[in-house]
Amino acid sequence: MGQMDLSRETLIEVYRKMRTIRGFEENLQNLVAAGKIGGFMHLYAGEEAIAVGVCSQLSDADLVGSTHRGHGHCIAKGVDVKAMMAELFGRATGTNKGKGGSMHIADVDKGMLGANGIVGGGIPLVTGAALTAQVLGKDNVAVGFFGDGATNQGQFHESLTMAANWKLPVLYVCENNGFGEFTPTEFVVPVKDIVERARSYSMRAVIADGMDFFDVYEKAGEAIELARKGEGPTLLECKTYRFYGHYVGDPTPYRNKEEAEDWIQNRDPLDIFETKATEAGVMKSDDFRTVDGEVEILLREAVEEAEAAPMPEAADVLTDVYVRY
Amino acid sequence: MARELNTGAAINEAIAIAMRSDPNVILMGEDVAGGGDRSKEGTEEMGGVLGTTRGLVGEFGMNRVRDTPIAEMGLIGTAVGAAATGLRPVAELMFMDFLGTSLDPLLNQAAKLRYMFGGKVKVPLTVRTVSGAGMQAAAQHSQSLYWMTTGIPGLKTVVPSSPADAKGLLLASIRDDDPVIFCEPKGILNQVGEVPEGDYEIPLGEANLVREGSDVSLVAFGATVAIAMKAAEALEGAGTSAEVLDLRTLSPLDEVAILTSLEKTGRMVIIDESTPRCSIARDIAAICVDKGFDFLNAPVKCVTAPHTPVPFSAVLEKAFLPSAQDVLDAVGEMG
Repeated sequence: MGQMDLSRETLIEVYRKMRTIRGFEENLQNLVAAGKIGGFMHLYAGEEAIAVGVCSQLSDADLVGSTHRGHGHCIAKGVDVKAMMAELFGRATGTNKGKGGSMHIADVDKGMLGANGIVGGGIPLVTGAALTAQVLGKDNVAVGFFGDGATNQGQFHESLTMAANWKLPVLYVCENNGFGEFTPTEFVVPVKDIVERARSYSMRAVIADGMDFFDVYEKAGEAIELARKGEGPTLLECKTYRFYGHYVGDPTPYRNKEEAEDWIQNRDPLDIFETKATEAGVMKSDDFRTVDGEVEILLREAVEEAEAAPMPEAADVLTDVYVRY
Repeated sequence: MARELNTGAAINEAIAIAMRSDPNVILMGEDVAGGGDRSKEGTEEMGGVLGTTRGLVGEFGMNRVRDTPIAEMGLIGTAVGAAATGLRPVAELMFMDFLGTSLDPLLNQAAKLRYMFGGKVKVPLTVRTVSGAGMQAAAQHSQSLYWMTTGIPGLKTVVPSSPADAKGLLLASIRDDDPVIFCEPKGILNQVGEVPEGDYEIPLGEANLVREGSDVSLVAFGATVAIAMKAAEALEGAGTSAEVLDLRTLSPLDEVAILTSLEKTGRMVIIDESTPRCSIARDIAAICVDKGFDFLNAPVKCVTAPHTPVPFSAVLEKAFLPSAQDVLDAVGEMG
């Protein structure tokens, strides 16, 4: 697949998604600092090319499971940004009616099976979503996003074992950002690349440049196509970097400043995308700046509307525990 | 028409009926098909470690009856994901003790997805699990951990006491849109009783008044119902009229039935084969004191196992499990 086979319209939407994620996270950084939003918050900035590179090839029927760092996957999968912002403000109009918050944003109608507060917790869920597709003979696929840290969890190994045995239509996307919380990956992961772990289960495993949308798009696309054709699972390891720390407010004393600056200044996935799309002559600088302006307006409205939205009724604490009890 | 079946056979029949009536029902777990290499003559499937699911893979095939690796977190987690996306899985957790290796998908996923997502997803999962002592299976294969699952909001917990109840409650559990932990107490697995043919459900959340009485209420569930019945017969011989209430489900809990019985008799004994701390027995005792204090003519009594692991030796295991004599002693202490 040629990298620039994508139409200008498609690439504009890809950039819009990436820019929206970046802007969403930058807004949150400020809103948390200002004390307007509570709770635990983990920002996805820096990893945009992965979520968008994968999810731009999925339909609403394809199911995605995410992580505690899940805003990017939700936006990439098409979850309404205003409803997400309302959720983070704890409003009744939020995606989860204010019952979930940052680590549990979900929209099953969009195929988003939820962010997940348990490291590795989403992996068996998407494995089960793929099992559903296989049992019912459907051609949709499931995608599980998780970090390098989750690959130490039993849930990762147990799920991959089952998916490989059963040739389930699932794509496991490891976002290897070099840190599990504060601990460098190499301190706690004994293999050089996460793909080695999948290969030990005879699973197809591929490394992508997680800062390059086009590389992720191409490699994820091949894996998704194979899964749809019944040829089983793939693990796609995307090498990436968190632009912020583990959580909002993390002072990041554990990471090397020069290394962080290098990633942020020289390997920003939005910059790489803009350079490649411009050099290929598919998009022009004006296209980018137009999208930037539109996204800024969207996010400003999202914050304003969320702040003005009603809080849940206290009695709602009792609802939605069971379908019928 | 009813026939005599043991509880295992009744459970097998319920699963088969559920699978015939709904193509979204699948069965998965360790050895639920139970091996049997189809390419080799002279092999056949085990159908589960206790043979409960024997024959189902033959009728429904390997797409819907799946042997999983011995990886409880993976198998239960995958079942949760399948339930959230359109299937109605029946997952077998071979022994309830294995909650230890499977807990996160139940505690943090199945129980909470609906609530966390603001009601926008259903998790129609049934986890069947063999619970309790009575087979000399010792400390890691004999626990009654239904108190743990009952304590998790979002899960339902069912404990049948007879073959007929096991069939009807399991059909209701599989067709329930919420995650259900379905216990199969060892004390009743080989129990034989009349089981109606065909498709019937026993609603979750409704206790069963199995014996009416006026002097004391014996509240039991699962394997302790038989103990309560035996005690009630002995009490009748001594001139005490005992009522026996089978809870059938611990979550939802039929509080109305418990308090109605207490109001009638004024005396309450709860019989629970689990350990006492944070137990179902103590929970019901608290409900009686909190909501039925004015009905009480005597202290509430809990007949439970001691607060120990489950021992191996037959003598010790017998000493561990509650008995009809323990119930009689408790009634005697009430004066």
